Amino acid sequence: MTVESVAIAAYLVAALLFIMSLAGLSKHETAKQGIWFGIGGMAIALVATIALALWGPHDGMSSLAVTLMFVAILIGAAIGLWRARVVQMTGMPELIALLHSFVGLAAVLVAWSGYYTVEALGDAQTEVSTDLLGIHHGEVVVGLFIGGVTFTGSIVAYLKLSAKIKSAPMMLPGKNALNIGALVVFVVLTVLFVMNPNVWILVAATVLALLLGWHLVASIGGGDMPVVVSMLNSYSGWAAAASGFLLGNNLLIVTGALVGSSGAYLSYIMCEAMNRSFISVIAGGFGIEVAPSEDTEYGEHHEITAEDTAALLADAKSVIITPGYGMAVAQAQYPVAELTRELRERGVEVRFGIHPVAGRLPGHMNVLLAEAKVPYDIVLEMDEINDDFPSTDVVLVIGANDTVNPAAEEDPASPIAGMPVLRVWEAKDVIVFKRSMAVGYAGVQNPLFFRDNTSMLFGDAKDRVEDILKAL
Amino acid sequence: MLIGVPRETRAGETRVAATPKTVGQLMGLGYEVVIESGAGNWCACADEQFREAGARIGTAEEAWGADIVLHVNPPDDAEIAMLKDGATLVSLMSPALQPELVEKLATRPITAMAMDAVPRISRAQSLDVLSSMANIAGYRAVIEAANVFGRFFTGQVTAAGKVPPAKVLVVGAGVAGLAAIGAAGSLGAIVRATDPRPEVADQVKSMGGEYLSIESPEAEVSATGYAKEMSDDYKVREAQLYADQAKDVDIIITTALIPGKPAPRIITADMVASMHPGSVIVDLAAANGGNVEGSEPDEVVVTPNGVTIIGHTDLAGRLPAQASQLYGTNLVNLMKLMTPGKDGELVLDWEDVVQRSMTVARDGEKTWPPPPVAVSATPAAPRPPAPVAVKEEKKGLSPRRKYTYTALVALALFLITAAAPPELTGNITVFVLAIVIGYYVIGHVHHALHTPLMSVTNAISGIIVVGALLQIGSGENVVTVLAFVAILLASINIFGGFAVTRRMLGMFQR
Repeated sequence: MTVESVAIAAYLVAALLFIMSLAGLSKHETAKQGIWFGIGGMAIALVATIALALWGPHDGMSSLAVTLMFVAILIGAAIGLWRARVVQMTGMPELIALLHSFVGLAAVLVAWSGYYTVEALGDAQTEVSTDLLGIHHGEVVVGLFIGGVTFTGSIVAYLKLSAKIKSAPMMLPGKNALNIGALVVFVVLTVLFVMNPNVWILVAATVLALLLGWHLVASIGGGDMPVVVSMLNSYSGWAAAASGFLLGNNLLIVTGALVGSSGAYLSYIMCEAMNRSFISVIAGGFGIEVAPSEDTEYGEHHEITAEDTAALLADAKSVIITPGYGMAVAQAQYPVAELTRELRERGVEVRFGIHPVAGRLPGHMNVLLAEAKVPYDIVLEMDEINDDFPSTDVVLVIGANDTVNPAAEEDPASPIAGMPVLRVWEAKDVIVFKRSMAVGYAGVQNPLFFRDNTSMLFGDAKDRVEDILKAL
Repeated sequence: MLIGVPRETRAGETRVAATPKTVGQLMGLGYEVVIESGAGNWCACADEQFREAGARIGTAEEAWGADIVLHVNPPDDAEIAMLKDGATLVSLMSPALQPELVEKLATRPITAMAMDAVPRISRAQSLDVLSSMANIAGYRAVIEAANVFGRFFTGQVTAAGKVPPAKVLVVGAGVAGLAAIGAAGSLGAIVRATDPRPEVADQVKSMGGEYLSIESPEAEVSATGYAKEMSDDYKVREAQLYADQAKDVDIIITTALIPGKPAPRIITADMVASMHPGSVIVDLAAANGGNVEGSEPDEVVVTPNGVTIIGHTDLAGRLPAQASQLYGTNLVNLMKLMTPGKDGELVLDWEDVVQRSMTVARDGEKTWPPPPVAVSATPAAPRPPAPVAVKEEKKGLSPRRKYTYTALVALALFLITAAAPPELTGNITVFVLAIVIGYYVIGHVHHALHTPLMSVTNAISGIIVVGALLQIGSGENVVTVLAFVAILLASINIFGGFAVTRRMLGMFQR
């Protein structure tokens, strides 16, 4: 039994724990166990790797390196724990996007380190046997490329989500040609690097990857952000897997592949929910036409006051609340939860209908509602609740727009035609909380607002919900 | 305009058409209100309270001489004479049962509206006096029964022995019946209810009662045309059910009424005779002939076997404050409907079915009976079939293409692995298998857990730290710096990712 064989055994256990962690996270009942499996797996992997680094075949690790290693872990842990503690639940999408970028950047750095430990030394290197050298060259470029795309893509997603840059899709001319061209150039660079491992080729590949990542995500509109975040999650996994190939480390490969394929599948589920083509989203808004401007006359909308809404709610037997990103923006989840409690105490049946792409992160609304202590068994997904709208007295649409747009089902010419939506308009009364009559992310006018059973409650969602609470 | 609320003169009437609270609401609609002195004596609404609410206290002449007169009972001849020309009178009138009253009202140039002629459509529910009074009567029936019944309603185990709970049978699950079920249930009794309409079963259950259905297995067999026989069979079964229940229960409350017909006779003298001594029957239909053989309107009858049959017809009036408040609110809702401008000006909208149906006389003209109202009984137009899902049925790959693709992918993997140097084959194997596992593990993720799942996979992808950890000791300065930064970044991911996931999961609660 050597340190190496012990480490390999530990890696196997860690990989199994990661699998159990992901499986546990699929259900509420087992979610908390799942996270402990994940933490356990990570702890085992870290201890085994540190042991391998200290006492493994490459002995003679300088005391400076050892110190640096622990200092880096400690600083990283401190920053990570601090961010996790202070982050607002409404800020989750930004945080996760930012964390993805770290993985991407780490993968780039690992690839460059790989270059400096092997290629840069030329014939003096002892790490890799000569017949595998070509493959190592290729792995360096591939790992670097995936990491680079993940890094800048996540940064752009972070900037868009935190509204630091405009979330409208960037429309460069011939963007599909640009994307494909970048891929072709990448293949060429890889071949060149394998034949002649030159540092400038690696620099060119790095720059290319960073630009491609930026462009990919910049050309995706804010409405598709949940898919993008999940897709970047997948990319970060592939980046880790590529590093695993580079270092011949099975744990990295297994874990990266797990994360990569589960993230890709998650993105796929979400694309299905939006009736969007998976390819078109991951290829950066591939094939999206600009929505034609609409001149249709929709008629008058009706306004309602918070007091009248309160009266309506007090008389209702069943109420469904369909929140959207607007609820997160207005931080209205606490008053909404308070309203839910108040109504439930009065014997009103209150449920939540969550569209799969509500918010800017998959499951975003669930997290916000859970934060405000809304019991999760009254928070239902679209398919569970869509048939119940006709028997519902009042629907509160809080900061949602495209996800409740009847045009998706009724107007084949609509840009969102065919996207499954919450059929709120079948309820007796619909109250829409909105700042103004502006259109949603998809840029489509919503005929729901002009229906006879729809009333508009204008203003900040949080203030309005608090007004209703007062009136109750 | 001025609203007058006169005192009720009918013997035994305890209600009044306004309470201090509804006076405030009427004034909010822009009206002035005059209350006859002493109008609220029976329902604990003193003149002083009305005055505090903003009303003027006046004489009978002043109240009857107002522009709008709100009243509970139908007016007598002297009261009709006191109405001024052009006035509007709103009260209970039973126009179908008292045609002569309608004739008399039609001799005066006034508008007369009957609160008991509100059409039964959902929009008019807030004006429906019959419902609000039936609700009170159902509650009061239970209280009356409890008053006479010599035992607890609720079962108890005491040091002095065990007390069984009272068993209550409610006949007819209309508004009064449901109110009675709720009241008896909350006193702790075992409550059962019957009704010929099977659809009320859920309502009975919601009030805490048990619905007894009259099972008629022959019903379907008899559907071939022997309607009479089937109906006889139904009646036999119904009678059998009541006979069985009468022997078992302690209290029976009957609320069966058929509009425009005498009340059906449901509990026969034999059934009454079979009840335990001390049992109580409350007959809410006593005024219309009674559901119980031997019940007398406004009388309490004790049968030879010791069963008390209560036939009060003024059950709602026995809760005067509550009845006045609900009746007054019904009137306020009518005034709201008829005062669209909220400016104290009454507008009679002849096009509105609710107002049209209630108006029995207008400007010396008899307007009763009103044209039939399409009540909610008319079946709603069948909903158009749900729009066919626009989403095209996804064309599943045909089996042959599926096999072809699988074969191609397998072949590609085979070639790559076969061509790869032996050091790499192990890596490729775990890579491919891990992809498949990742796909299946995530297969049935609950939608609410998307975010925690993503943040935990994010934390796990911090595993890239392993690569950096192995590189940091390589001795190259550049590598050490690069690996240091990589370890730092990946550590943020690992610790931050797990911590934030834990925080999120801690919030999910049932």
